[in-house]
Amino acid sequence: MDLLQTKSVEKQFLGVKALKGVDFSVKAGEIHALMGENGAGKSTLIKIITGVYPASAGSVYFNGKECKFRSPLDAEHAGISTVYQEVNLLPDLSVAENICIGREPRTKLGFISKKQRKVQARKALARLDIDINVGENLSSYSIAIQQLVAIARALDVDCKLLILDEPTSSLDENEVKELFKVMKKLREEGMAIIFITHFLDQVYEVSDRITILRDGQLVGSYDAKDLPRIEMVAKMIGKTPEEINQMQAGIVKNTKFGDVVYEAKGIGRVGTVSPVDVSVRAGEQLGLAGLLGSGRSEIAQIIFGVDPHDSGTMTMCGNSVNFNSPQKAVKAKVALIAEDRKVTGIIPDLTIRENIILALQASNGIWKTMSLKQQEEMADKYIKLLRIKTPSGEQLIKHLSGGNQQKVLIARWLATNPRLLILDEPTRGIDVGAKAEIESLTQELCGEGMAVIFISSELEEVVRDCDRVIVLRDRKKVGEVAGEDISLKNIMKLIAG
Amino acid sequence: MKQFKFPMRYVPISATILVFFIVYLIGIICFDNFGSPKVFMNLFLNYAYLGIAVIGTALVILTGGIDLSVGSVIAFTSILIAKMINTGCNALAAIALALVIGILFGMLQGWLIHSFSLPPFLVTLAGMFFIRGCGFIVSEESLSIQNDPVFSFIQDNLTITLSKGLHLRFIVMLYVAVLIIAVIFSQRTRAGRSIYAIGDNELAATLMGIPVGRTKIMTYTIAGFCSALAGVVYAIYLKAGNPLNCVGLEMDAIAAVVIGGTLLTGGVGYVFGSLFGVLVLGLIQTLIQFNGHINSWWTRIIVGLLVLAFIFMQNLITKISKSKSKSH
Repeated sequence: MDLLQTKSVEKQFLGVKALKGVDFSVKAGEIHALMGENGAGKSTLIKIITGVYPASAGSVYFNGKECKFRSPLDAEHAGISTVYQEVNLLPDLSVAENICIGREPRTKLGFISKKQRKVQARKALARLDIDINVGENLSSYSIAIQQLVAIARALDVDCKLLILDEPTSSLDENEVKELFKVMKKLREEGMAIIFITHFLDQVYEVSDRITILRDGQLVGSYDAKDLPRIEMVAKMIGKTPEEINQMQAGIVKNTKFGDVVYEAKGIGRVGTVSPVDVSVRAGEQLGLAGLLGSGRSEIAQIIFGVDPHDSGTMTMCGNSVNFNSPQKAVKAKVALIAEDRKVTGIIPDLTIRENIILALQASNGIWKTMSLKQQEEMADKYIKLLRIKTPSGEQLIKHLSGGNQQKVLIARWLATNPRLLILDEPTRGIDVGAKAEIESLTQELCGEGMAVIFISSELEEVVRDCDRVIVLRDRKKVGEVAGEDISLKNIMKLIAG
Repeated sequence: MKQFKFPMRYVPISATILVFFIVYLIGIICFDNFGSPKVFMNLFLNYAYLGIAVIGTALVILTGGIDLSVGSVIAFTSILIAKMINTGCNALAAIALALVIGILFGMLQGWLIHSFSLPPFLVTLAGMFFIRGCGFIVSEESLSIQNDPVFSFIQDNLTITLSKGLHLRFIVMLYVAVLIIAVIFSQRTRAGRSIYAIGDNELAATLMGIPVGRTKIMTYTIAGFCSALAGVVYAIYLKAGNPLNCVGLEMDAIAAVVIGGTLLTGGVGYVFGSLFGVLVLGLIQTLIQFNGHINSWWTRIIVGLLVLAFIFMQNLITKISKSKSKSH
């Protein structure tokens, strides 16, 4: 018997159909991955199940009964708990309060019993094999612990269905393993888990079944073991496996290298990265590989002058330089597209055009203004060049999908005509199709003689795209591979040590 | 043995208490009579009305909101009570009506803020002008309350004489009682904890199933009640009402809350700290009165500097705890 079932659920937003009749079901005691690209309708479906908004048509059955939850709280009372992507907890309150708030144990007089609250919190955490001081503020713990606290809270009610929406996006490898252990334990106990993620490996590591959505429609539900990975990707983006192979094969590595563009000898920063040599030639793509926290992004920040280096020397096109501020790096035609585009990149309430000209305007200085016509021409040029999907350059950037936002950011820096382009996790959180496009774009740029430093936590991408790879572990360079030696196996070996 | 670690969250309130004792010590060293119980008692007597108003402000600020109508509500309720008594109305009825109006006014502000997602700053700014005007409609001039049996009863019978010349007045007892209730409410009830949750992260609170709207309206209602009660206390204290009184008092209230260790962005702080916020304000004023030579406006300068210092301290603590969680 299915614990949860949706029957031809539809949802319309202002005339746009976000869900077009989705049938979906989850059994008790299974981990069910819900897959789809951005905009496929995953979040909408989850929000209908948890009562964030009502369905336009169709029905939801839980435990055999039709239900119409009016709020997440309603759903929680029925036994459906959700843990959201960004940790949605209260950082300045204690761990115990975060687990118990709204359902604290009370004394006979109706007052909260602080002691019982701690006991209850410890019990909830013990179920996940966590033993921490529950009296401390939540913010004093790592994101991984906070995520587990959120799960502990979700389980603290009589929960039968647990929905995990991108729970691993900010966790490192070990933390992900811990989370999976917890998920498997809960599965043994008979809990149903809906698991949403962008990471394909993780899907196969824990899921029993996989349901794929595309453009608001159900593509199908499959047993994980019967669905080869390439087929899953194909179903997600609506292309055949052959077409995907072609897309990936279509990424042609540039092989013509010019002179050294940027060279650093022994640059480092105490407490951030041990001294390391970095050099990259025109037309070359240099990869920085390593686990989260291995020093990948830190090196990018040092090169760009965000965190100035305190040892070593650098040269740019043969001239000695000292990038101790981003302005200096920008002047020397270096561009950095930073990791978290929401925080350090896009300005959501400006248009695409305004977002694109930003860096160029900054490097020109405030006195050298561009006419509106020039700006429009520039925006249109890059929209075409990078195949940004938008009706016009006057669209607000916040209305674009993640992949297209990323392209606008790349356009912003391309507009300054850089010699060295540093891309920190450019493919994070964007869908498979857009990833392939961004990858082939960087190759094209290399072909035009740009030097590129590419940082990604997905090793396949590094292997596919880079001509040389510096491997990092614990904030130290542990090796370098080039040409034919670049393979998943070799890089993994170096990372593992 | 477990290593003792002083929790970060107690730092601001400890700093407030420390400042209080330092200022008190300065007073004792500089002036002979400063340490006498009478001076201390007067501090409570003179600032009971402010203290009660500050409790409401503290709760509102803990939700991440603000209430600018405090001073106007105090003025309105005090003149309303004075006017009603002067027209022959029973004082208790007048007080009851004033409190009901305060409650309804706060509830209305909370409802507007929640239901239409309006900024609390603007809604309570509008409320401030509105209720200040209402005070002048009641009476354009100040009215004194004389020979009222209820007020005389409060004065004569509801006072505990501790020793010769040292009296524990009704309004001081009232302030302490309200403070104790507010502390227990904020720390030990679900509604009280919801206030903190909303101020910490409203979206998270909503997703955690906390009744955000209800809690917000409740908080502004409590603030309205506190302001009205402060008006009642003010009328008892001065035996008069004046529509011009307490202009800008809400700013003193906010300053007391900040000095009391509460974060203006909400979610962090203690209602109990507001007591010390008020006492520090009062002590500085008293200190300058004792001196007699210094221009009394120096109080404001010192309060300004103190508020700034506390904002810097909060800022620093936020940064430290952030870097701590990173290194975990």
